[in-house]
Amino acid sequence: MSKTITIEPITRIEGHGKITLMMNDSGSVDNALFQVTQFRGFEKLSEGRRFREMPSLMARVCGICPVAHLLAGAKACDNILAVKVPETGQLLRQAINFGQMIQSHALSFFYLSVPDMVMGFDANPMERNILGVLKKNPQMASDGIRLRKFGQTIIELLAGKRVHPAAIIAGGVSEPCSEEIRDKLLADIPEMQRIVQRNLDWYKQALNQNGSSALRVSEFRDEIRTFANMKSLFMGLVNDDGELDFYDGKIRFVDSSRKIVADNLDPNNYQDYIAEHVEKWTYLKFPYYKPMGYPKGMYRVGPLARLNVVDRCGTPQADLELSEFRGLASGAVLSSFYYHHARLIEILYSLEKLEQVLSDPAFLGKKTRAIAGPNNSEGVGMAEAPRGTLIHHYKVDENGLMQWANLIIASGHNNLAMNKGIMQVARHFVKGEKIEEGMLNRVEAVIRAFDPCLSCSTHAAGKMPLKIELARPDGEVVHTLTQE
Amino acid sequence: MNKKKLTLATIWLDGCSGCHMSLVDVDERLLEVAEIYDIVFSPLVDVKEFPEQVDVTLLEGAISTDEDVEMVKRIRKSTQTLIAFGDCAVTSNVPSMRNHFKVEDVFKRGYLETTPGNDVIPDENIPRLLEKAYPVHHFVHVDVFLQGCPPSADNIFYTLAEVAEGRTPELAKRARFG
Repeated sequence: MSKTITIEPITRIEGHGKITLMMNDSGSVDNALFQVTQFRGFEKLSEGRRFREMPSLMARVCGICPVAHLLAGAKACDNILAVKVPETGQLLRQAINFGQMIQSHALSFFYLSVPDMVMGFDANPMERNILGVLKKNPQMASDGIRLRKFGQTIIELLAGKRVHPAAIIAGGVSEPCSEEIRDKLLADIPEMQRIVQRNLDWYKQALNQNGSSALRVSEFRDEIRTFANMKSLFMGLVNDDGELDFYDGKIRFVDSSRKIVADNLDPNNYQDYIAEHVEKWTYLKFPYYKPMGYPKGMYRVGPLARLNVVDRCGTPQADLELSEFRGLASGAVLSSFYYHHARLIEILYSLEKLEQVLSDPAFLGKKTRAIAGPNNSEGVGMAEAPRGTLIHHYKVDENGLMQWANLIIASGHNNLAMNKGIMQVARHFVKGEKIEEGMLNRVEAVIRAFDPCLSCSTHAAGKMPLKIELARPDGEVVHTLTQE
Repeated sequence: MNKKKLTLATIWLDGCSGCHMSLVDVDERLLEVAEIYDIVFSPLVDVKEFPEQVDVTLLEGAISTDEDVEMVKRIRKSTQTLIAFGDCAVTSNVPSMRNHFKVEDVFKRGYLETTPGNDVIPDENIPRLLEKAYPVHHFVHVDVFLQGCPPSADNIFYTLAEVAEGRTPELAKRARFG
């Protein structure tokens, strides 16, 4: 008998999402939909506001990565001001952004996804969470808490408060940093590096990774094989030296063999290479690489994509890890299970870069912002959010009042890939007469690997709950799967 | 000493999850929270159904869709002490900035005017937006208002501890909006 399974809400992700699986008569998955169920309308609700409000207002798109929205918004405003941000302001923005990468990646890995790896995908759902990890592997849980806290502390000390700080503004940053605060942050970096290294080692051991033999020996081999393990394009910002850059740079696309498809693309012209498709059944749009059309132009963003896109990270420890990471595949690393691995490498990179930025003599400068009025009627701002490339595009009138805004959010770019991913994992794991909770947890876990921000992604007007229903081919829902 | 543990639910409706991040910002004190409360429903744990009976619920976000309205009534029915958690729940804050526009205009901007070539607006099997976004107390009785965008981790911890002791948290001098 055919049926529909609805998984709602998807837990241990940010925001509201549900998953609908359509099963056929023989009890296997026919179709799978990842639906985002929140819509919020920031493009419209900002209309008529002064453009200088935008960074702080847009921070409220997301409580996990408000700094990314502050940065993309402030950069769009820099372009409306037609100014160059002073060096100290740039360095401060970068340091705050490294704080965000560290805290957001730590949340995604330790609080949200580690429970699946430490407790097991089939573990008792009542215990499969961060508190369960605290009991089973207290060192690891406290490492996660410590690392996230360090990232949040960077944001708090440099930008005013942990969530929705106000210091990143049009033209720069509002306050310089004192020597005392700088030294306090520098002093903690070595401990944080030890924490990341310890957990990278754990992760690699847990996966029993040994170059290309990982697929044969890992305890998670089925998950690695089926968690959105597929060909696609990858997109991310790279700097002039082909290195990882979260704050600036140009857009590069590579294909699944890591061959460059397009390079040096100007963020201002994003509409030339990114277009969006809309489906009736989800508030989240489907961006695609415009020259290849929809849905062929599917691409991925975020940690996995960034490591596939760059030539190198540009810091010694991260590059050492990257060369090992490259060994997982002959071209691009294709399994989305490795988003977790890439995330840990990016924390390592963020710590190394943070040390460089804090040690730069210009970091303690007093000139942190450029002052001007609205000189351009339009501005685009782009930055790498923890979960991928973020684009803000504003249009203002002659007085600087907002007329129009467009946002393309990190999680949105991955929408096509997440949908294909749940189909792949559901076809492999969800079958038979009796649907087990652990099967469905894996369908959710592939979404967790992408670490989407669902309140972010439907910035336009919505939110995304996750649920699984079993339905007949005629659409009648015969069973809604909810965990007891 | 051998006090019975209380049950705690946390949920986000039309919010940004920032209040929940501030809850996680209690850092190591998460252990103390876990000593007082069993977390029985939350985005951080794998429970899909809101429980029949909960001692305390932290509700983040405004009420913006038909499903939010159903949910908030369901939560009220099951909850002993309902805490409006953060400015969106307390005042409807940022979500209510859309209230002076028509819903159809908000959709037009989001899906048509920003998406060249598209004429589709999503409306299948997903929640419908209300004409306006509302604070929680518009629909149900609220026991504690915890302000802030987001409330600080200290105030969240203080509030949870006071409620557990059966006291009304004195937030007037501690909390701030924004």
